[in-house]
Amino acid sequence: MTLRDEPAASTAPRADVADSRGPDAPTLSTISRSTYLKEAALKNLFLVCAFVAVAAVLLIFMFVGYRGWPIFAKTGLAAFLGGLQWQPTAEQPQFGILALIINSLIATLGGLALGAPLAVGTAVFLSEVATPRVREWVRPAVELLAGIPSVVYGLFGLLALRPIIAQASGGLGFGFATAWIVLAVMILPTIAAISEDALRSIPSGIREASYAMGATKWQTIWRVLLPAAKIGIIDAIILGMGRAIGETMAVVMVAGNAKVIPDGIFKPFLTLTTVIVIDMPYASGDHRTALFGVAIVLFLISMAFVAAIRVISRLGGEQS
Amino acid sequence: MSGRRGVIDKRVTNAAALAVIWVCALTTVAFLGSLLLYVVINGIRELTPAFIFTWPHGVNMEGGIWPTIQSTIYVTVLAMVIVTPVAVLAAVYLAEYAVQGRLVRTIRFAADSLAAVPSIVMGLFGMALFVEGMGLQFSTLAGALALSFLMLPIVMRTTEEAIRAVPKYIRWGSYGLGASKWQTVSRIVLPAASPRILTGLLLAMGRAAGETAVVIYTMGTMIAAPVSPLDPGRTMPVHVMLMAMEGINLKAAYGTALLLVIMVLAFNLTARYIVRRNRRMQG
Repeated sequence: MTLRDEPAASTAPRADVADSRGPDAPTLSTISRSTYLKEAALKNLFLVCAFVAVAAVLLIFMFVGYRGWPIFAKTGLAAFLGGLQWQPTAEQPQFGILALIINSLIATLGGLALGAPLAVGTAVFLSEVATPRVREWVRPAVELLAGIPSVVYGLFGLLALRPIIAQASGGLGFGFATAWIVLAVMILPTIAAISEDALRSIPSGIREASYAMGATKWQTIWRVLLPAAKIGIIDAIILGMGRAIGETMAVVMVAGNAKVIPDGIFKPFLTLTTVIVIDMPYASGDHRTALFGVAIVLFLISMAFVAAIRVISRLGGEQS
Repeated sequence: MSGRRGVIDKRVTNAAALAVIWVCALTTVAFLGSLLLYVVINGIRELTPAFIFTWPHGVNMEGGIWPTIQSTIYVTVLAMVIVTPVAVLAAVYLAEYAVQGRLVRTIRFAADSLAAVPSIVMGLFGMALFVEGMGLQFSTLAGALALSFLMLPIVMRTTEEAIRAVPKYIRWGSYGLGASKWQTVSRIVLPAASPRILTGLLLAMGRAAGETAVVIYTMGTMIAAPVSPLDPGRTMPVHVMLMAMEGINLKAAYGTALLLVIMVLAFNLTARYIVRRNRRMQG
């Protein structure tokens, strides 16, 4: 273990001694060289492990990018992102994903519009209104439901919701309306759990001060608590939005997956995620490359959401 | 809104608003409850020993679903074996060794990003790298490797929280006895944090077991009972999706979905139980 000692031993230990003069670490100057080298080697091993996460993100971007970028070169970035025609198997194949992007956004925003108010209301209920006894039951239930696989939500949407909506609308029941409900239910637990954390982390003194001035419970919630938890709630909603736009299996089961620009909320549609599932089994050549191109777009959208949460949290940190 | 000019009595607004909040909560519970009830009511009749322990046969996949259960457990456990050492040691670095700075911020940002990557993108990536790039074909190993990417940020975060929750004075005691940093971490901190680390692992396994989009492109959809890691297989979520979408055997879809829900809930409930018991012992 003490084979390599000259260069490392002279410079590195000093740095480490300085490092470890924290309140909870021993001074390593009294430690034998072999122990020191072992400790340093382990520390570097852990650093490598921590870097696996960075490497993983880069690998995903590189591999999906490597497989997908030729389509940008072929059709041009503007035509790929801005084209309305997705006709991969036509004589003159066209790979425009704008309609898919718009469909994804419609599905996501609709689900969010239904789900987010319910979720925030549930969070307020759990943290402010419910008695401890009720909370004890409802909270674990909501948390556990966050773990239910998306394919089960899809099954519920396909076999339970779709017939109801088909009857109400007179169509087949595949379409935005069904997808909105399924996505809303799916993102409910996520948004509710994180919003509730944000509400509960508000010191109770703030509530007491509000009540002491004669505010009612609702005035306290609306004027004091929701503004105070704003950043956390926005984070939760963005997280839910990221989950909804990346959701595949639940949507593919209720969307009907027709390759058209849908002419109504009860008509089948195709999104960025579902086009991959539907087309992948038979896609080849440029078509396959285009699907990887769609995956690049999805990857970048999810990165943008993460970055947005970072920026908002930082702004919130500066405010307070 | 809330009695701004004293036009509406604030007590009236209060009662109305609280009623709305109650309605929100009840709607949420009703939605989620009906989802669970629906799966249970439709699935419970299918859950016979013959359904669980026999192979499917015929064009309509009559009979049981045993190979899909075996595939699911196999790929989930394999993914856990792959991810645990890396994720736990990464968390040890972040919680015990790292000095806050740009490096740690980068690692955290990467972990957050990894957690946010849509599973379909993860699936295509797994196909590009493991199935085609590394020549693993559709196999349990390719599926497990892709799933381990999905589990990594979950296990890292929960383990880091678990390590940070270990009281400082326990470390001081260890250092006071002359232990080195690694001795302290490996013999004192990690054992003390182990129940909560296990919780994180169980949560990640629950997530992996229910994942569809990742495994469909890395393990394939062939019904098989994988023995070697290089064998392909069809996991339970994939089976549910295919049965439901092709509409050929809805009974099998319901039964598999219920079994899957039970499995995932078992992971999650065990995780909660461990946290609870641990808290009681410490408190």
